[in-house]
Amino acid sequence: MMRIPLARLVNTQTIALVGVLLLNWILFPGFFKIEWQDGRLFGSLIDVLNRGAPVAILAIGMTAVIATKGVDLSVGAVMAMAGAVAATLVVGGYPGWVAVAGALTVGLLCGLWNGALVALLDIQPIIATLVLMVAGRGIAQLITEGSIVTFSDPTLVFIGTGSFLGLPMPVVIALALMILVTLAVRKTAIGLFIEAVGVNRSAATLAGIRSRLLLIAVYAVSGLCAAIAGIIVAGDIRGADANNAGLWLELDAILAAVIGGTSLLGGRFSIVMSVVGALIIQAMNTGILVSGYPPEFNLVVKAGMITLILMIQSPFAGRLLTWFGRNRRKGA
Amino acid sequence: MNRSLRPLLATVVIFLIAYAAAVFQFPGLLSTRVLGNFLTDNAFLGIAAVGMTFVIISGGIDLSVGAVIGFTGVLVAVLITWLGWHPLAAFAAAFVVAAAFGAAMGLVIHYLEVPPFIVTLAGMFLARGGASVITQDSVPIDHPFYSAISSLYWRLPGGGRLSFVGLLMVAVFVVGAIVAHRTKFGSYVYALGGNATSASLMGVPVARTTVQIYTLSSVLACLAGIVFSLYTSAGYPLAAVGVELDAIGAVVIGGTLLTGGYGFVFGTFVGVMLLGLVQTYIIFDGTLSSWWTKIVIGFLLFLFIVLQRLVFAASARGDRVAEKA
Amino acid sequence: MQDTVNREQDAADRATGYRMEARQVSKIFGTHKALDGVDFGLLPGEVHALLGENGAGKSTLIKILTGAYQPDGGAIFVDGEEVHLTSPLQAQTYGIGTVYQEVNLLPNRSVAENLFLGHQPTRFGLVDRRRMDREARVLLKRYGLDIDPSSELGAHSVAVQQIVAIARAVQLSGKVLILDEPTASLDRDEVQRLFEVIASLKRDGLAIVFITHFLDQVFALADRVTILRNGRLVDTRRLTELSRTDLVRKMLGKDIAFSGSTSLEAERPPTELLLDFKGYGRKRSVRPFSLAIHKGEVIGVAGLLGSGRTEMARMMFGIDPADEGSVTLSGKPITVKSATEAIGHGFGFCPEDRKADGILGDLSVRENIVIALQGKLGWFRALNRDEQLDLAGQFGEAMDIRAASLDMPVKLLSGGNQQKVILARWLATDPAFLILDEPTRGIDVGAHAEIVRTINRLRDDGMALVVISSEIDEVVAYSSRVVVMRDREMVAELKGEDINPAVIVQAIATHGENSEFEAEVTA
Repeated sequence: MMRIPLARLVNTQTIALVGVLLLNWILFPGFFKIEWQDGRLFGSLIDVLNRGAPVAILAIGMTAVIATKGVDLSVGAVMAMAGAVAATLVVGGYPGWVAVAGALTVGLLCGLWNGALVALLDIQPIIATLVLMVAGRGIAQLITEGSIVTFSDPTLVFIGTGSFLGLPMPVVIALALMILVTLAVRKTAIGLFIEAVGVNRSAATLAGIRSRLLLIAVYAVSGLCAAIAGIIVAGDIRGADANNAGLWLELDAILAAVIGGTSLLGGRFSIVMSVVGALIIQAMNTGILVSGYPPEFNLVVKAGMITLILMIQSPFAGRLLTWFGRNRRKGA
Repeated sequence: MNRSLRPLLATVVIFLIAYAAAVFQFPGLLSTRVLGNFLTDNAFLGIAAVGMTFVIISGGIDLSVGAVIGFTGVLVAVLITWLGWHPLAAFAAAFVVAAAFGAAMGLVIHYLEVPPFIVTLAGMFLARGGASVITQDSVPIDHPFYSAISSLYWRLPGGGRLSFVGLLMVAVFVVGAIVAHRTKFGSYVYALGGNATSASLMGVPVARTTVQIYTLSSVLACLAGIVFSLYTSAGYPLAAVGVELDAIGAVVIGGTLLTGGYGFVFGTFVGVMLLGLVQTYIIFDGTLSSWWTKIVIGFLLFLFIVLQRLVFAASARGDRVAEKA
Repeated sequence: MQDTVNREQDAADRATGYRMEARQVSKIFGTHKALDGVDFGLLPGEVHALLGENGAGKSTLIKILTGAYQPDGGAIFVDGEEVHLTSPLQAQTYGIGTVYQEVNLLPNRSVAENLFLGHQPTRFGLVDRRRMDREARVLLKRYGLDIDPSSELGAHSVAVQQIVAIARAVQLSGKVLILDEPTASLDRDEVQRLFEVIASLKRDGLAIVFITHFLDQVFALADRVTILRNGRLVDTRRLTELSRTDLVRKMLGKDIAFSGSTSLEAERPPTELLLDFKGYGRKRSVRPFSLAIHKGEVIGVAGLLGSGRTEMARMMFGIDPADEGSVTLSGKPITVKSATEAIGHGFGFCPEDRKADGILGDLSVRENIVIALQGKLGWFRALNRDEQLDLAGQFGEAMDIRAASLDMPVKLLSGGNQQKVILARWLATDPAFLILDEPTRGIDVGAHAEIVRTINRLRDDGMALVVISSEIDEVVAYSSRVVVMRDREMVAELKGEDINPAVIVQAIATHGENSEFEAEVTA
């Protein structure tokens, strides 16, 4: 269906992922062991995929937003809201699919809200989405009335912990979403329009692209992705924890997109590479855990990673490179 | 006189109305005891918010504030409790570390031309992670000097207590206001936020000022961390999570433009007090829950962002008309 | 060689009287010579106008004089001493101050702070605001401004901001004042006020460089004029020795071409009417005009920078929609309220500022070519890669785009090839009406010829075109009719024999009847 030449899969991101996985393997020799049990796969590798799914899903929406030269800081809070809505609905006696639909609607509305602030009121994305980042968690707590709402609704639990064709549901959903969104942007003109708006909004508008509508749509998709991730996280723990669900995950999602090669200045993006980025982050998390370091050590590694990527991406590094290049040519 | 005064005025009016309404409902709120607690409870937030005010006026943002507060608490606690340093020596060490940390962020922001939000995000990870690497647990501080300062207060008429930390926050605000409005450094901060290109053409030392701004923010966050550790008598790596958002909220609600160039240190004080009032009201009410604080902050944030957008867009449109006419 | 020595000797002799002088300065960007051995001398107590169309090199020269650029060849002298200017700030210490078109001050700060930023009077280490305001008031009085120095600069009119900028520049430098299009956004009274300030500074012995594109202002204010064209010095003259027509000729092109060649196109019989603009205008932008455009017709638009020619193009394409008048397309009334709508009607538009509004720099040549057609097709009817390559190949070839690959980022192409890409972009949409704003500016000779050939070919194929250009020869060569813009108003529509350089220049240069200065606009 999709022609992806093998050569295109060999790049910095996949090499980094393989490197991190190998490092895990050195630290923990059983890392690549995968077992078939009770009709599903088990193993550390599967665990990385499963744990990494929520961030991967967030990264899918975040990538599109960043490609338009924006950013969505509210996704963590939207996750909490979506989880709270789903949990409250099933506890209130509604069937699971209503809960899912309700949670998705909340995510969509949040995305539309962000999109409207950015596209219609022309507020800077980082500022516009800060509003929901701050208020969203409060709203989630309001919905759950401050407690962790636990449930045992089979639909939600299945979404969080079930399996399909041997793979955990979160992985299946993330994979499906990745393929769906990739097709949606690459088999239509939307991907091209997103990149055009991110590169030069004025020129894109003059070429006839409805950039406002596009921006709203992109933030709406990000909201939807956040809602899906929120449902998964809630289903996983069989409860909605408004305080901690999705906490700081917006930062992981941004990091995943940036690792995936999307520039914070907008333009070129790859959904697949962002998902790879999310997996790199999760593989590092797992590696740090199995090697016995405190999980917070992760943060230090992440900081180092951000700094490294920033240095590589910065205009300063670009100038340095051209300077070196010129000097070498002069020397030759 | 200035259009930038309008959001500040709005904040003051909102605060007075809210306070009056709260007092009308709970007369107990109008006492020096409540006011004293206001200052004490919000001291660390207020001090951090002063630094954030400078950062935001300059057109930047500092997401590392909460993490620096947490890190400082841990560092100070470890130096005092584990290594037996005198608190003052520990404070000095913490200030040096924080200053270097802020300066490094400023250097990266200026020379690598990276958006401040992502640099300070890395800073947040680093500080939070660093604190957790030192210790996972809460480290208690039990030192006579500590208990002496934290119990230091002046009795106010009406039974209120003006604590040392509360007074310290007020002092930081006063000094901050003087620096912002009465020094060359302050005028450079506003210049950067107004128009960085113009500023550099007018001779503002952009690199130096940027480094100074982020150093100041980290140093004040460090002071906030010390105050927080005085308040809790402990250092905990996950302390003050999300305080940067409260600080940003207080700054914006206080009338500072999030895109930079306009703002008042005094406004931030009102903003902190407004947030404090919301919290106190919720505690007094008893039936309302703490999450309302976040919702109200978010709502106020939205209100002020749109208000500023309207105030400044309207006058910007006016300027454009003038340009074309 | 001998010649160079002589010239340098010459220059040295002349230098004795110059406050500031540039000798044989050159500046090269990549392969493009933005400035080619230009001499420029500035006397104390004179207002020296610097003229030239965009791309003539005047902004490059200004940037060299203010230290923003360093010349690749030649030297700068202040009071006869050679200086090396490294930045505007450092140039200030040599007494050179600059005021830009867009006021480069801080609208968010007080007037006094804008005057003294970095040099504020202090007391006990703190800024002494009272003294600063007092000194500011005294300073502003000298410029005829009686405003509150503590008020926000942004609250004042652009004219006042300009005067504050001048006051700051003079205060900090004091020998040379460079005014880069300071009147571009001022109304007549404001210009008058600014001129009084400049005249009084001139009397104080300041050497003033004045850049503008309003000829009336040049004649009203300047003592001497230097004209640049394509990076070369055309002439430096006393204004008393020069007529308006001569001046426009020197700005716009080679004198020989003005012998009166008439357009070959003028004799064509009119064909089917395509677009009919009636009383079409936009407040504060373009005065209402009427224009009928037929198929197979090129309407050349002549006029100096700031004459309203670009505003007209943007209005026709719906970017800044018209607020009065009507337009019909093949007899049916239509509205054009956005670019998307315009494209739906079969319009295309190559903007003047290629980099800001034209190319999508990081995207490939292929994507840049298909983007407008894809925009027209919408979100879901996507052209696949092969179709894109076909289209890009076809139109790339038609436009003779020289790119190593259709998949390379367009920002790596030369200016001429970028312009061809944008033309190809619109041709791919098969437009009925194409608006080209300065399509040949700043591009190499080969690309220039290719674009002119394309304009001719499209006209012959029955397309209607509006082409804005400062190249009079070019306009004459391909236009079926020429409209002349002046004062943001369409002042002439030339047909047949009248399409020749002399008449066009005359129409551009003619003194506005009811306006003292050309800056005047409808309120």
